[in-house]
Amino acid sequence: MTEGITPSQTVGPFFAMRLPWPDGPFVVPEDTPGAITIVGRLYDGAGNIVPDGLVETWQADPDGRFAHPDDPRGPSAAGYQSFRGFGRCPTAPDGSYRIVTLQPGPLPALDGQGADREVTEAPHLDVSVFARGLLDRLVTRMYFPGETAANDADPVLRSVEDPRRRQTLIARAEPADPGDPDGPGAVLRFDIRLQGDGETVFFDV
Amino acid sequence: MTVDVSPGGLALPSYGRPRGVHPPLDFTGYRSTALRHPKQPLVLLPQRLTEVTGPLLGEGLITPADTDLTSGHPGEPQGQRIILAGRVLDSDGRPIPDTLVEIWQTNAAGRYRHSREHHPAPLDPNFTGVGRAITDAGGNYRFITIAPGAYPWGNHHNAWRPAHIHFSLFGRAFTQRLVTQMYFPGDPLQPIDPIFNSVPDPRARERMVARFDIDLTQPEWALGYRWDIVLRGQHATVFETEVDDHD
Repeated sequence: MTEGITPSQTVGPFFAMRLPWPDGPFVVPEDTPGAITIVGRLYDGAGNIVPDGLVETWQADPDGRFAHPDDPRGPSAAGYQSFRGFGRCPTAPDGSYRIVTLQPGPLPALDGQGADREVTEAPHLDVSVFARGLLDRLVTRMYFPGETAANDADPVLRSVEDPRRRQTLIARAEPADPGDPDGPGAVLRFDIRLQGDGETVFFDV
Repeated sequence: MTVDVSPGGLALPSYGRPRGVHPPLDFTGYRSTALRHPKQPLVLLPQRLTEVTGPLLGEGLITPADTDLTSGHPGEPQGQRIILAGRVLDSDGRPIPDTLVEIWQTNAAGRYRHSREHHPAPLDPNFTGVGRAITDAGGNYRFITIAPGAYPWGNHHNAWRPAHIHFSLFGRAFTQRLVTQMYFPGDPLQPIDPIFNSVPDPRARERMVARFDIDLTQPEWALGYRWDIVLRGQHATVFETEVDDHD
């Protein structure tokens, strides 16, 4: 079944010629009601920032649906206009990236055995990381800090046995302006560590 | 297709997990992997709704000029004009229509148009080196460009990358996302390039090499190269079978 597949190669140092789009970081326009901002930095195994990486996100809409023929439930009745589901942001010279989106809804899943077969996936984003020095895409997930109960029941988070490692998949809420912790416009911080202390959990998808 | 969301009824496609196709993340010959590969084992992610769907991009995004990298400048770029065409398929042989293909490359002298590029080869005012296309109903894409050059890099003494064109592909699902490089036949730098040779299987390596096609070649105008890209295949199975290989 894997016969004939084209192998992956690194995105290299010069992907910024083509891949970034002006509106790439905006899964929804910034002034969309309920829009949230995800920020983070990409770090290597020496704790240095990675200034030449690319972060992509893919997610359900706030109703937990995908505008895609393989979502058997069909599109969301709400019809989230301007919601693309997909975000793409190169890392800046300080290793940072930023995605503006809506929080996705939970997703139905089938898992486990017997009465426990029907489970729910907590709201999450699938995250791809590309960079010079990465010969293949890395895949991780970002979960939301305000969803403790849903996260505790999430089958993917539960599959990560070490609780400290599990925490690498959950964003942290922080004020948009660190000098004004009670100020408006909280952002979600999701740093990605490729290697070493606090190494992010990456998935074989 | 009507599928209800109930136990046993949430039928989703699943995608084979390629083994022995992609390069290892830790590859000594390519120095930059040293600090950028995870040391912890990857955790198996069962394919659920987020993984079997994906962005369907492209409609309204591109213009015909996006597929002609020799256009859009005051004059013709330097170098060998080529036509590069092929199909995007899945490993079951099915064409993938309406999917975005993004490419970037050096000019004929081996120079990227990028601020962090320091190779002392000339820029070409008539060549930027970026393109994008949407596959047609048969999964076909087609670019007009110029043959890229080899260029030196700092990986080791006298290191040169073989001529290549970077490709970014989405397919129809998150699982199918692929970024790769296309190489040219007969390039003497391929056998000594760590990135090319990071792919462990020599047959898989050869799948990154385009072939010269005299039928695609246009008389008095441009050489033709053909390159098909094969993404992971889709197998319609019931959702629960995916869980079986979770352990």
